[in-house]
Amino acid sequence: MAVFVYAENINGVYKKAAFEAVSYAKAVADKLGETVTAISVNPTDSSDLLYKYGAEKVISIKDEGLKNFSAKAYAQAVNEVADGNILVFPHTTDASSIAPMLVIMKNYSLITNVLEAPESITPFQVKRRAFSGKGFMHAKADAAGVIVTVSQNAFGVKENSVAGTEEVKNLTVVNEDTKVLSHEQSSGKLDLKEAEVVVSAGRGMKGPENWVMIEDLANTLGAATACSKPVSDIGWRPHSEHVGQTGKAIAPNLYIAIGISGAIQHLAGVNSSKTIVVINSDPEAPFFKSADYGVVGDAFQIIPALNQKIKALKG
Amino acid sequence: MKILVCISSVPDTTSKINFTADKSAFDKNGIQWVINPLDEFSLTKAVKLQESLGATVTVANVGDAATEPVIRKALAIGATDAIRVNTEAKDSFSVATEIANIARNGGYDLILCGKESIDYNGGAVPGMVAQLLNHPFVNACVGLEVNGTEVTAVREIEGGKETISVKLPAVIAGQKGMVDEKDLIIPNMRGIMSARTKPLHIQEPAGSEVKVQGVSYDSVPARAAVKMVTPDNLDELVRLLHEEAKVI
Repeated sequence: MAVFVYAENINGVYKKAAFEAVSYAKAVADKLGETVTAISVNPTDSSDLLYKYGAEKVISIKDEGLKNFSAKAYAQAVNEVADGNILVFPHTTDASSIAPMLVIMKNYSLITNVLEAPESITPFQVKRRAFSGKGFMHAKADAAGVIVTVSQNAFGVKENSVAGTEEVKNLTVVNEDTKVLSHEQSSGKLDLKEAEVVVSAGRGMKGPENWVMIEDLANTLGAATACSKPVSDIGWRPHSEHVGQTGKAIAPNLYIAIGISGAIQHLAGVNSSKTIVVINSDPEAPFFKSADYGVVGDAFQIIPALNQKIKALKG
Repeated sequence: MKILVCISSVPDTTSKINFTADKSAFDKNGIQWVINPLDEFSLTKAVKLQESLGATVTVANVGDAATEPVIRKALAIGATDAIRVNTEAKDSFSVATEIANIARNGGYDLILCGKESIDYNGGAVPGMVAQLLNHPFVNACVGLEVNGTEVTAVREIEGGKETISVKLPAVIAGQKGMVDEKDLIIPNMRGIMSARTKPLHIQEPAGSEVKVQGVSYDSVPARAAVKMVTPDNLDELVRLLHEEAKVI
């Protein structure tokens, strides 16, 4: 039961989700007395970064044809080198696009959004996120092989240094179906799903011009910014920042919700956060019932004051 | 142009999720069912393409007779006709196999889905359908235009967007942003009346294999009681976050 893991990189640089997936694969391999082989497409980062989390071998696929992402072409490439019957992917957009295609190529089972190490290997059984964070499912796979995608920030990144080796594989995958026309990436912005701290705000902020305050607090905390559904619907913030049932599901260590009442759909997307702080002027806001810490008051006074105090703490 | 839109019938977004006493299944008691919201973005896009390109829009659903009100709603929104595969949806692979069969037999140019359902959150059906048909696949789309034998899709990537041209036939999984929330179509009386007479074909399943089973389910554990801090004592909040929760 060899264990393989897809180590995703963005423009050659490994993502935190890749380290988390390798950590997960290592936990599975340890249960089996096996080793972990990581696969990456055109990485520029050193393989040492993956040895650190337990990958004993890194297969580095080199292919100019895979310079741009295509789910189908990437699935073909991974299929050519992934020789194991347990494959681990992070649950990122790209990886969770490849995994369903690969699982058909291999005739394996697919369990997505997994949260913990498997409860059993044969048959493969694992706890996964379901009902958009309103419940959990223990899923069992009936197949000779299984692919899992690991929900971001769920299992965690665990250092487990091993001595590793790298193998470079030159492939030439044909990709005639898709062509990337343009690629816009905002530099220096934290990935919301990977962020350890998220500062989020809702209609209580009264207008998009007041987000400067949210961004200031986020900068102090090294946090990503998010918003509630009404805010992205009105167009105050981009859709990509909407967290909740029909937006992104996140699981940071700290989630600060400002001026968000806490509708059930919003809670669904954020209740996996380890610690939740709610700041709202309405003492009856339902969100307080799902929070660890709460402050009732005017966000426009609380946020700058809180920002100053955290700055002082951080020195 | 022929468009196939795959829809799933899911609990309304305001539903509280409960499980049966033995935790072996989702408790459907008292649940209102709706079109999976992420599918609805794709359905609305398809109806808009129907208007601008003269396309036909067929809705596909894998589900028992209980899903028909949701299919009728899709017809009321503007789909041309619908196909229901008469079986309970059990896992992504069996659903994808049934959808791929419909797509293969119907010769669709474009297959649209939501990127995942808000109940089981598998996010696997669109990619599986694409591979079963050997079509290109673009996930998490927030924009789509058809240009002859190609589509231009905008997909969300971590920290940005990417615009891709894709040859048809293709499978596209949409999400919020595919159309604006304000552009979602609320069926009017005329739509509802015409949906009653639009064709809803029922076909028996091909009997595809179920590969993943839900063994048991858990609810989300309740959090400990909230600790309230007054606005004039933010030092205490900072202390709690630093010393107790150890998150800053």
